Amino acid sequence: MSAPHASAPLTNPLLRWIDHRLPLIGFANSHLKDYPTPKNLNYFWNFGSLAGITLVIMIVTGIFLAMNYTPHIDYAFNSVERIMRDVNGGWLIRYIHMNGASMFFIVVYVHIFRGLYYGSYKAPRELLWILGVVIMLLMMATAFMGYVLPWGQMSFWGATVITNLFSAFPIVGKYIVTWLWGGFSVDNATLNRFFALHYLLPFVIVGVVMLHLVALHSHGSNNPLGIDTKGPQDRIPFHPYYTVKDLYGLGVFLLVFAGFVFFAPNYMGHPDNYIQANPMMTPAHIVPEWYFLPFYAILRAVPDKLGGVLLMFAAVGVIALLPWLDRAPVRSAKFRPIYKQLYWVFLIDCVVLGWIGQKPAEGIYIVIGQIATVYYFAHFLIFLPLLSRLERPLPLPASISAPVLGGGPIGKGVPAARMEKP
Amino acid sequence: MRRLALLLALAATILGAPVYAASEALHPPSLKWSFDGLFGTFDKASAQRGFQVYKEVCAGCHALSLKSYRNLRDLGFSEDEVKAIAAGYTVMDGPNDAGEMFERKARPSDHFVKPFPNEKAARAVNNGAYPPDLSLMIKARHDGANYVHALLSGYSDPPAGVTVPDGMYYNKYFPGGQIAMPAPIAQDAVTYADGTPGSVTQISADVTQFLSWVAEPELEKRKRLGIQVMLFLIVLTGMLYAVKRKVWADVH
Repeated sequence: MSAPHASAPLTNPLLRWIDHRLPLIGFANSHLKDYPTPKNLNYFWNFGSLAGITLVIMIVTGIFLAMNYTPHIDYAFNSVERIMRDVNGGWLIRYIHMNGASMFFIVVYVHIFRGLYYGSYKAPRELLWILGVVIMLLMMATAFMGYVLPWGQMSFWGATVITNLFSAFPIVGKYIVTWLWGGFSVDNATLNRFFALHYLLPFVIVGVVMLHLVALHSHGSNNPLGIDTKGPQDRIPFHPYYTVKDLYGLGVFLLVFAGFVFFAPNYMGHPDNYIQANPMMTPAHIVPEWYFLPFYAILRAVPDKLGGVLLMFAAVGVIALLPWLDRAPVRSAKFRPIYKQLYWVFLIDCVVLGWIGQKPAEGIYIVIGQIATVYYFAHFLIFLPLLSRLERPLPLPASISAPVLGGGPIGKGVPAARMEKP
Repeated sequence: MRRLALLLALAATILGAPVYAASEALHPPSLKWSFDGLFGTFDKASAQRGFQVYKEVCAGCHALSLKSYRNLRDLGFSEDEVKAIAAGYTVMDGPNDAGEMFERKARPSDHFVKPFPNEKAARAVNNGAYPPDLSLMIKARHDGANYVHALLSGYSDPPAGVTVPDGMYYNKYFPGGQIAMPAPIAQDAVTYADGTPGSVTQISADVTQFLSWVAEPELEKRKRLGIQVMLFLIVLTGMLYAVKRKVWADVH
């Protein structure tokens, strides 16, 4: 983690004294300023920093919401409405938090699919990838428990359906469910523990994000060509190049985010969640939040409950195993003609699963859901391993600078000095 | 960037088709509401008339528990008018120093008085049905404003072949087609002080306008602030793009 200081040594004696004992400035310099980054990253590489910023937005708005929220089944629903109506700026904070969850998943899903396209999971970034899958799992748990807190109809029935999944496990199943609930149904004890965990897990995510960054900075970012940087001519310092590029991307992202918050705040929600939870009345259709729909479709593709639950967890687990399923030495889909096609088919398959997840489980939807589920696993377990053996990749460029310079020899390109700001 | 556009289009496909109860209720016709669109605001005159409708027609069965009388100030009622409206209701307060509960006139800070003390009492006098609280009705139904308007003005005789049991009424906009609420609004059910003719459509539209304000009191402030935020972000993002172009000009 100790990249050499490229920045000028500190001149201020106090700062030098501090940095000698607690090298915060040096750390910031080497990881945020001088950090050498491939110069050819495209805009899909913005989504990592966007995810980090969204996490901060969620934590900050969440803390303010928690100051005004009451985790009790008799008061939770009305306390949220009090935030919306009587707390100064409460509606804004809550709508940011509520839509922020959706934005977080949009950003993270783009981030993941970027990794899939450019082979960012391959050596030496396998642990970086697995940490990412862990973050996604933690996000899902956090989002699920957060959705329960307003104690609307979908909160209650979503919690009931999802926690009941664990009852599928033989013998221990019903004990697990009782243990999760803290009672014999989704009730006050459940709401209380979900609130506590919903407050805790984001900070666990922050911890894993730190590890994710440590792993990232050990070998640096992958890039659209998927080849390693070959020298200083391939790299530029993070600041100012990627700080300004990330800030521009943040501006575009905030425009979309604000568009939802101010003009369509309930577009991604379900109207039933503005009805207070009623254990005696089941909604016509219990639909999870949109970001769970593909996994929900996989769950329902299996007629057997236990099988569905296992398959759903396997759908996430198989992503973590990806570095060992795809053994092709070439990273970027740019140079993998067949993988490139399969990538888009897989993306469409995930969209189809999401679409099926919100349809009632009947008739043709069941069949489509089952085909899409089979394809999802076939992509990982059959096509990718086969492709590793069969596919003939296109020739790789000699370096990142080479293709830009029209295939010129390495080293003859832009001198490094030109890339440094005076 | 072309791929990004494709990706966003795909995302929009998933998000763009939220599924709602597939029960065979007729989709309500889309009306133009003053609060629609980027610059939408409430029609205060209509909402005030809608409050009169709520008070004279709906309040007999439907609570509005998330609202306080003081909130009516936002609709253009004066402080004295609000005090007078509140004083027309009685609330239970206490215990007093003698330890006894007592009744007093409602104050602007009190929540709207509920028509029934509890759900059981409501069901007992409504043929077993529970008239829901209307505080969030517009947000709690898909396409809420159009739905409520269509429901209120959409009562009709059942089509041939459909039998409606005693105590139920036919409404093609209600999921399942049978609703326990009798048609609440008749021609001239309300006599408006401002002389607006009391057609069923007019009364339905006014009470829908009122209930939309009840469900989303922050709407005007939200949209106004939203315009400011968007303009600010557009300028900021444009400047950041210019800075980005300049900084990257020497990278080849």
